Amino acid sequence: MMTTRTCCGRQFNAPQYSSWSLEANSHRNNMGAVQSGPTEHEFQDIADRTGFSLEQIRNLHKRFKWLNNHQETLRREDFEKVLNLSLNPIRAKIIQAFFDKRNFGMNEVGLVEEIGFEEFLTVMSYFKPPNKKLTEDETEALRTKKLRFLFNMHDTDNDGTITLEEYRHLVEKLLSTCETLEQDTAQDIADAAMLEVARTTVVHMEPHEVYEGVTFEQFQQILKGIELETKMNVRFLQVNTTTMHCGK
Amino acid sequence: MRRWSCLVQSVFIFVVVSFLRESNGEIASGQDGPATLLPPVKPPEPDHGPQPFPDEKTHLPVFTMDYPRIQLPFEITLWILLASFAKIGFHVYHKITIWIPESCLLITIGLIVGGIMHSVQEEPPAVLESNVFFLYMLPPIVLENGYFMPTRPFFQNAGTVMWYAVVGSLWNSMGIGLSLYAICQIQPFGVQDINLQENLLFATIISAVDPVAVLNVFQDISVNEQLYIVIFGEGLFNDAVIVVLYNMFIFVAELDVVESVDVFLGVARFFVVGLGGVFFGFLFGIGAAFTSRFTSKVREIEPLFVLMYSYLAYLVAELFGISSIMAIVVCALTMRHYVEANVSQRSCTTIRHVIKMLASISETLIFFFLGVVTITTDHEWNWGYILATLLFAFIWRGLGVLVLTQIINPFRTVPFNYQDQFGLAYGGLRGAVCFALVFLLPDTINRRKLFVTASIAIIIFTVFIQGISIRPLIEYLINIRRTHKQETINVEIHNRVMEHTVAGVEDICGQWSHHYWKDKFKRINDGFIRKILIRDNRSESSIVALYKRLELLNAMELLDTQNGDISAAPSIISLNDERKASYKPKKKFLASDLKNMHEVLRKNMYKIRQRTVEYTSKHALPDHSKAKEILLRRHSSIRRSLRPGSFRDPAEARSYRYSSLPAGANLDAHFPPRPQDDPRSQMGRPFARTRLAQSLRPSSHAMRPIRELDTLRGLPVGESRGHPASVDVLNEKSSGRYASPSSRPPSRTAMVPTPRIGLTSAVPRNDPEWETEEEVEEEEEEGQPQSPAPSWAADTTRRQSPLLRQTPRDSHGPR
Repeated sequence: MMTTRTCCGRQFNAPQYSSWSLEANSHRNNMGAVQSGPTEHEFQDIADRTGFSLEQIRNLHKRFKWLNNHQETLRREDFEKVLNLSLNPIRAKIIQAFFDKRNFGMNEVGLVEEIGFEEFLTVMSYFKPPNKKLTEDETEALRTKKLRFLFNMHDTDNDGTITLEEYRHLVEKLLSTCETLEQDTAQDIADAAMLEVARTTVVHMEPHEVYEGVTFEQFQQILKGIELETKMNVRFLQVNTTTMHCGK
Repeated sequence: MRRWSCLVQSVFIFVVVSFLRESNGEIASGQDGPATLLPPVKPPEPDHGPQPFPDEKTHLPVFTMDYPRIQLPFEITLWILLASFAKIGFHVYHKITIWIPESCLLITIGLIVGGIMHSVQEEPPAVLESNVFFLYMLPPIVLENGYFMPTRPFFQNAGTVMWYAVVGSLWNSMGIGLSLYAICQIQPFGVQDINLQENLLFATIISAVDPVAVLNVFQDISVNEQLYIVIFGEGLFNDAVIVVLYNMFIFVAELDVVESVDVFLGVARFFVVGLGGVFFGFLFGIGAAFTSRFTSKVREIEPLFVLMYSYLAYLVAELFGISSIMAIVVCALTMRHYVEANVSQRSCTTIRHVIKMLASISETLIFFFLGVVTITTDHEWNWGYILATLLFAFIWRGLGVLVLTQIINPFRTVPFNYQDQFGLAYGGLRGAVCFALVFLLPDTINRRKLFVTASIAIIIFTVFIQGISIRPLIEYLINIRRTHKQETINVEIHNRVMEHTVAGVEDICGQWSHHYWKDKFKRINDGFIRKILIRDNRSESSIVALYKRLELLNAMELLDTQNGDISAAPSIISLNDERKASYKPKKKFLASDLKNMHEVLRKNMYKIRQRTVEYTSKHALPDHSKAKEILLRRHSSIRRSLRPGSFRDPAEARSYRYSSLPAGANLDAHFPPRPQDDPRSQMGRPFARTRLAQSLRPSSHAMRPIRELDTLRGLPVGESRGHPASVDVLNEKSSGRYASPSSRPPSRTAMVPTPRIGLTSAVPRNDPEWETEEEVEEEEEEGQPQSPAPSWAADTTRRQSPLLRQTPRDSHGPR
């Protein structure tokens, strides 16, 4: 199901992917008016590409339609419909991730204004639970992919490093739910964290060098301890059911 | 060698006990064991009164001995000491406890002591009276488990834990019980008289798992946290389930006929008991949290509230016959976070230590007595029944894990693979609870002795064989997923980010999972519960908490480091090459000077932390506000030092530095430099080299305009904090050209030796308290030269008059 093509966002085969999205776009333009969604066949197609099961895709599609009021594309405002999201301290970053071209697997950067179902799915595919039968390499690739997603979330200006400013912004957002916390504390923490990265990852530093920020390699290194591949998951079960899946 | 001395001590204690009891002519009285808490000590025989020399006339006795009076507590103390000595002994050679679990060693020692007792016809202490065990030995163990339960992974895996604990226990007891009942039908074994109820009762007893040894192993080799928490939680809640089942079966076993109504009532009772326990636990947990809100004036008894409320929860649950284990666990879980937010740092440490200590004593004693009792009780050995027990316990455990995992796996995000399942199944050691429960069997159960023997057999088998073999198995044969836990701020931050992201994405696609509930709970908690239960409600993120903890740790290490190698104090992670680099400046000091200096510093530092503020009033307990203050200042300096672009305007920077200099200026004038003067060397490790290199240059403090600084010191905090042109450690590397002597922060000059070193250490300290206070203040200030703390203004005056000092200090209270 899961091939390396989908595993590592950055290694997507660009031409292939764009042809797919072209196809998808044309589909959207031509058939969208006639029927509200892709056909079973197209679902199957997407399922093959993204590694989602048909049922998951159907569920997500339903949700997608609900989010954008049965439009073809999803815009930032649509996310306001999700009530719980408004309480999420880093909602801006999450929503941003959906409109970040870097996450679509094409070697493009920048932001888009609206996304289609395929892009939506592509972003969602970062949160797929790991398959039980993954090999070591595939697990590693999956991990890299998820890490890259997180990294992109923080590296807002796409310069390859999470700079101190970006880090501070992140921590401030993260701690923004604690109203009573001084703003200084967040900064202190970001600074300390930054220094920690520098201390643990930079082996040697010339006196004239300045620590620019966390690179992706360093990011990987500091997060060695987190089992991202087993934690950063959404189960994509039935949508809008009130059953609580408390198994995990 | 020490181990032997411990053993010798232990034997000595034992001999003393025996001797004393001999001397009172009360040996072998059966129920009057050393650690019996129940029966009052026998009245001494007439001729054994306080009068040691009955022949003489009654004068005022010069020497008396009244052993019976102290016998009970005395012997309890000695037994505990004996077990504790054994424990010290194991750890003398640390490799023993790595490869052989402590419980094995304790049982072995117990066996030896039991052997000695047996040979001198001594009766074992009746420690396993039902009440003693349930009222005194079990609560600490359970409390410890509940209190130190890793909350986050637990709630993430709560469903699985409960599944294994409840269904797994039922599965095991039913499976083993029925299988054994089948075995009992076989003629040649000669155990036909054991009926179904008794088999089920026995099976329930031996279903109680006690994975302490396994957990230690798992922790050492850091297996993945899902597996860890499931084994941890299973062991804990399984006890609760087992005790409930046990009580039910005890009741049922005495019935002649079991009706179907009884079965239904049993099921109903099961839920009432379990949920009742949760309810009471919750109630008392909230009570404890609420009480701790008001204990700020009575710090010295703060820890007591935690212990008493937990115990109260346990006792009240016992009173109503509901699950006391559930009650105490839930109580501990509920109150922990709120209480720890309310109480002082020291009380928090005390609480943790006391809980650990009590649990450790209980557990040690139980395993120890397990060994003793194994030798000293009468056994009934039945090969067929005991082997069948072992076999079925093993099979049903394995099968249970296999089947239950298959059922639960589809509901888990991270399913358990076969290696995990092996760990789960193999981790099913039997231990304390099993042993205690079987000893509590009433005498009305026929074949009680056989049950005792079989239980001891299965405990010893699992503890020894599985306990010893699990480490090599997991380490070399079975490749269980491992988690390498790091406690770094980054990990915590990104963990949080990840959780929020997942929660956000779940919201977006309309999924509900534990993230959803967690979010919900957090909101209620922050908005409502915390406000009621916590005195000064600073809703604190775990990131901040971790940050504070790490910083505190860092500061403590910084202060505690001896040998003068303070610049190389172990930080969270220290790089070797940097450590070497930091050695260099040392060579500039005379070794003896340095040693002297650090000796003085270290002593004073300790006094500071232990004495000064703290004992001003009778009820005050020491706290860490001092260290916190150091940290606070340090933080702001780090933050400032990281600020980019602060070198745009050197002139501005210089003027700013002037304003932050007074600390250093004063310092250098009054105090000897110390390597740890700059705590940033911890955080700013990568840059240490640079700073050190600079510090090799001639000292410049003499050139600093000291007077001028005094006028500037009252700089408002806000202004300086927001000042962009701050001292920038990062950029200082590239700023050698700006590092004109006068603009250098004092922290660097402090590295340079001054002739005062010898002087200070030689200064007679006729008022140690005063001296140490000053030292610490300097410590803070030195560390934070840039920190424009307003307290500075008062400093000069304070220094002149020691008496004035008390006022500002008192205001530094814990709050």
